[in-house]
Amino acid sequence: MTTIEPETSGASATAAAAPGAAPADAPRTTPAERPSDGEHLLSTRDVSVLYGDNRALKPTTLDFDAGTVTALIGPSGCGKSTFLRCINMMNREIPHCRVEGHIWYGGVDVNAPDTDLYEVRRRIGMVFQQPNPFNKSIYDNIAFAPRRHGVKGRKQLDQLVEESLRGAALWDEVKDDLHKSGRALSGGQQQRLCIARTLALHPDVILMDEPCSALDPIATLAIEQTVRDIVATGICVIIVTHNMEQAARVSDRTAFFYLGEMVETGPTAHLMKMPKDQRLSDYLTGRFS
Amino acid sequence: MTRSDKAATNAADAAPRAGAQTGATRAASAMDADTAASMARRARRSDHVATGVLAVLVGVVCLLTVAMVVYILASGGTKMLDWSFLTSNPSDGGIGPEIFNSFYLLFLTLLISLPLSLGAAIFLTQYAPSGPVTTCIKTIIEVLSSLPSIVVGLFGFLVFVIKFGWQFSIIAGACALTMFNLPIMVRVIQQALEAVPRGQRDAGLAMGLTRWETTIHVLIPSAIPAIVTGVILSAGRVFGEAAALIYTAGQSAPAIDFTNFDITSASCPWNVFRPAETLAVHIWKLNSESVVTDAAAISAGTAAFLVACILVFNILARIIGRALEKKVTAA
Repeated sequence: MTTIEPETSGASATAAAAPGAAPADAPRTTPAERPSDGEHLLSTRDVSVLYGDNRALKPTTLDFDAGTVTALIGPSGCGKSTFLRCINMMNREIPHCRVEGHIWYGGVDVNAPDTDLYEVRRRIGMVFQQPNPFNKSIYDNIAFAPRRHGVKGRKQLDQLVEESLRGAALWDEVKDDLHKSGRALSGGQQQRLCIARTLALHPDVILMDEPCSALDPIATLAIEQTVRDIVATGICVIIVTHNMEQAARVSDRTAFFYLGEMVETGPTAHLMKMPKDQRLSDYLTGRFS
Repeated sequence: MTRSDKAATNAADAAPRAGAQTGATRAASAMDADTAASMARRARRSDHVATGVLAVLVGVVCLLTVAMVVYILASGGTKMLDWSFLTSNPSDGGIGPEIFNSFYLLFLTLLISLPLSLGAAIFLTQYAPSGPVTTCIKTIIEVLSSLPSIVVGLFGFLVFVIKFGWQFSIIAGACALTMFNLPIMVRVIQQALEAVPRGQRDAGLAMGLTRWETTIHVLIPSAIPAIVTGVILSAGRVFGEAAALIYTAGQSAPAIDFTNFDITSASCPWNVFRPAETLAVHIWKLNSESVVTDAAAISAGTAAFLVACILVFNILARIIGRALEKKVTAA
């Protein structure tokens, strides 16, 4: 079993320096080769997914940096969520699903069979499409996982709950009824509770799978603001969205998926203005959805 | 003005507003409106007919069951409310030991079958890889749940009573009832666990919790209202079971003495190796080989008490299930 040393030093190397649109002098890593330390927080090398014999995702190579938001866009069924679920190995929960390739994170290949799955998932949090707070109080929704992971002491937990709720911009709204059920909150608040719950584990990366698709526009803007706030603390966010405006508002970099293939990646503004691939420009102009 | 006429005029009125429409299209749209109206009328009529048929069917079912319950309660009601009938020994025409035996047997059955079925259901829903083996096991459980109870009883007689040498005893009866109860409980708990939204489980796993932690701390608390309801309802079934017990727990109810705590003695109520006739078996015996004079009245009183108990179980299941549901969701 391997333990993971997260690269805090890489946190300063921010968005613009990622290699998809990288300068020519950036060292090209061969697929199986481990990227050198300190370069990126998280790198996928030829990650592909098979459901039985059906390849749902073609080999995908992407890099993600601390303190940045990467949006994964594309039409439904294009493999963007499938790719996202590789990163914290949630695909292992799906029968007959096989992930190939390497996911380098803190010097460890997440996709190796002997990786400590639970450690990885603590460091790489996830927020789902449907807000799914537990059937517990707001307090316990946040304190539950840290407690299971060995955080003890009332004071410590109280502090963790407040800090996490503040991180997700929910503290002021719920501080007086922390013992109310998490299910009693509005949809947008529930989703921010889910973000807070993830923050409580002090993750390096948060994966978000269309976190706003079940929310109204105002709640959506609140989540997007929360995402920017989180990223400012040095966390790396990878967000799947089918909403182009959202990608434009929230992300530093974007990767476009189409029919199970990662077609194009680059800084968001650049990619949206000057798409190189015909499929991306068709998608941006709404020729298919 | 009939409805179709109105529709036609509406369509005709709309036409000039729409601008340059020819007379031909106006006629066509009027005819479309006409057919649409008649179709709507036909749909409404068949809806009425279907609702009526369903209401009659439900009425018949309700009438039958309510009539049965009322008849049973009416014919044994007065006897049931007689305190000495409920407490005295069968030799004096009472059902005291039978009532205790029924509850004790139910308790022991649940004690054995609840952990087993909970474990089996958790394994089947959370751990078992989906494949031919799991499907096969699930099918076997379903088949087992429709096994005739007399077969379970005779199997229990051969295995527990004869082979294990337990004689006619409470424990043999509890084991037979466990076999009878297990498939239903597994099914109920399995369904309760499967009804918990997938997102709950994913959320637990995505936070680095093990499947076990997720099951115990997330899924079970969410599923507990449905589990409790299911367990109480299955308890009602177990409580009224006779065929599986005739050859396992036996047909005799020796007098029990609540001051006797020697668990090897036949009159100690807690002794699991004593024979114990239950209420349902008592009814069967009274009606098949009774020697007492007022057998019919005793049987009616016992039946009324049994039905009343099961009624209470069902009401409890509903109340507790709802209370837990409220507590768990706490919205």
